[in-house]
Amino acid sequence: MTGAIQPLTMPKWGLAMTEGMVTEWLAETGETVAAGADLVEIETTKITNVYEAPFSATLRRVVARPDDVVPVGGLLAVFAEPEVSDADIDAFVDAFSEIFEAEQEAEAASEPTSVTITVAGSALRYLAIDGDPAAPPLVLIHGFGGDLMTWMFNQQPLAAGRTVIALDLPGHGGSTKSIGSGDVDTFADLIVAFLDAIAVAEADLGGHSLGGAIALRIAARYPDRVRRLILLASAGLGAEINGDFLDGLINGSRRKEMKAVLSELVADPSLITRDMIEQMMRFKRLDGVVDAMKTIAAACFDGDRQLPATRTGAGDLPHPVLAIWGDGDRILPASHLSALGATTDSHRLADTGHLPHMEKAAAVNTLIDAFLQRQ
Amino acid sequence: MTEKSYREAISEALSGEMRRDPTVIIMGEDIAGGAGAPGEDDAWGGVLGVTKGLVGEFGRERVLDTPLTESAYIGAAAGAAATGLRPVAELMFVDFMGVCFDQIFNQAAKFRYMFGGKAVTPMVIRTMYGAGFRAASQHSQCLYPIFTHIPGLKVALPSSPYEAKGLLIEAIRDDDPVVFFEHKALYDQTEDVPDEAYTIPFGEANLTREGDDVTIVAFGRMVQFANQAADAVAGEGISCTVIDPRTTSPFDWETVLDCVEETGRLVVVDEASPRCGMATDVAGRVAQEAFDSLKAPIKLVTPPHTPVPFAPNLEDLYIPNPDQVADAVRAVAKV
Repeated sequence: MTGAIQPLTMPKWGLAMTEGMVTEWLAETGETVAAGADLVEIETTKITNVYEAPFSATLRRVVARPDDVVPVGGLLAVFAEPEVSDADIDAFVDAFSEIFEAEQEAEAASEPTSVTITVAGSALRYLAIDGDPAAPPLVLIHGFGGDLMTWMFNQQPLAAGRTVIALDLPGHGGSTKSIGSGDVDTFADLIVAFLDAIAVAEADLGGHSLGGAIALRIAARYPDRVRRLILLASAGLGAEINGDFLDGLINGSRRKEMKAVLSELVADPSLITRDMIEQMMRFKRLDGVVDAMKTIAAACFDGDRQLPATRTGAGDLPHPVLAIWGDGDRILPASHLSALGATTDSHRLADTGHLPHMEKAAAVNTLIDAFLQRQ
Repeated sequence: MTEKSYREAISEALSGEMRRDPTVIIMGEDIAGGAGAPGEDDAWGGVLGVTKGLVGEFGRERVLDTPLTESAYIGAAAGAAATGLRPVAELMFVDFMGVCFDQIFNQAAKFRYMFGGKAVTPMVIRTMYGAGFRAASQHSQCLYPIFTHIPGLKVALPSSPYEAKGLLIEAIRDDDPVVFFEHKALYDQTEDVPDEAYTIPFGEANLTREGDDVTIVAFGRMVQFANQAADAVAGEGISCTVIDPRTTSPFDWETVLDCVEETGRLVVVDEASPRCGMATDVAGRVAQEAFDSLKAPIKLVTPPHTPVPFAPNLEDLYIPNPDQVADAVRAVAKV
């Protein structure tokens, strides 16, 4: 009976993902996998990510082999009870492709798309994925040199419980490349103006790296605008920062240099894909980007130090704080967690670098969701 | 970011730089309305429509239709560049460049050197090249090796729409004379090209594939043939690095030598004539500097040493194709 057959399809991680490449299957045909078990590695335009089994079932047919490029929603594998016949599975695979084409057209129409608005004279690009309007929206702030796509593995899953808004800081992504003074206070003021512009009175704020320092500053200076705070490998909490990394990110132009620099971001350098390197190089070639990066770096950091103007003590904040850090972070040391108050919900993730939300997306999403839903 | 053709990418680079910098002007045959021709001012926009619409926005003072006298307007462009403008001169087909070699080789290329480094010559010559257009032997040549040969000239060969926009903006902002080669067969190809201005530095090769077994260096249109060949042999267990040097002058020797040291095998694909071309140039330098790394003789994939045939079947045979590249890769991979 075909009702017991379940397709496993290419997940959509982030707005820009249209296809993914299977790099390795972590389960064998005939094996029964439990929901949440590592199932298949998929290379995306950013990093290679493990797709965890979305259900518990028996893997009967691998459709997409390693190195196969599959569109989002395309069939990767078929799961079914052992008693389902191979002929039924063949029929399922055939029928799937027909239905898939029709669905693809329908989905393309309902896709959330990024929007650019002008806030206090600055063009800001953001992407909102609507969720439960009763919950406060979650606003996500990326780090230095990143953009809203850094949340590609997080934004959609977290939107199951609330509206999630990710924006590009000035100087980054699709936002203006004029950044003013480029310090944390300037960014904080602009994001509060952005919240005004999109009529958000109170939000949960999530920030990664420099975005964390900005989130902290917003919470300190505009405490009424923030309900809860999520800090991922956050700047703003301690003195040290990897100055060589910043220097390489700003000044490196060749692929080889950029690959070495970006590899510093993750515990497992093999996660860095060709596309991620290419995108970073393309971004840096845009007029004004390198100048913006230099201005921000000079306003926030000094070599291996974070400037006092970048740091905000989180100990005194009235807001509940969730802090997540990779044990193997080579950009900002996980020891900075100790700057946070005793009530902070702190997590150090093993075998994780500076991008916990990408490297350990599922675990991070679970932690964030639980933190935001806590009564 | 939107999908744009090679033609649109070039046009956008021109209009963007003309908006940004009032010293940028463009000149050439029929680039505005066609000299003396009836109809709308911007009806022509160049023989393949690349500059269509620019005269409407920027006017006749900055979009100059020239007489059919390449020696005069290329010389004028060199003089304009030396005296403060940034001219982009379109010389329809590179095949016609011969009539203005003196202006290019002896004047534009030499100003900086002859004037003790005190003069700059920020001119760009845009020109079409390449076979496959059924345009016969006087409109199909790949003469970039000749310009690469002249110290003082820079030579760019964009292989895709993204490359075309970034390299052309870089060329316009560069203070030296740049000959910018546009392959006729690429104008209608499309890909994502940022709406904003961006520059691709000269002398930095692009790796369009990364592999362990064979390095393929390919120029201009041949880059995509090399990619197709690399993808074809990937299924046979041969992994290739494909290098698009982007500019033949300056040339990114470091990347080529690094890759050959890693793979030990080299195939060079060049649509130019086989004698004194980029293929022989790359092979010579690699043989000199990375001989110890080579595990197999270097293979060159080029046309035969003949004029480009007009007969379509012969022209198709003349142009290097992805199958030939794949065969060359297989041959060196076996050794």
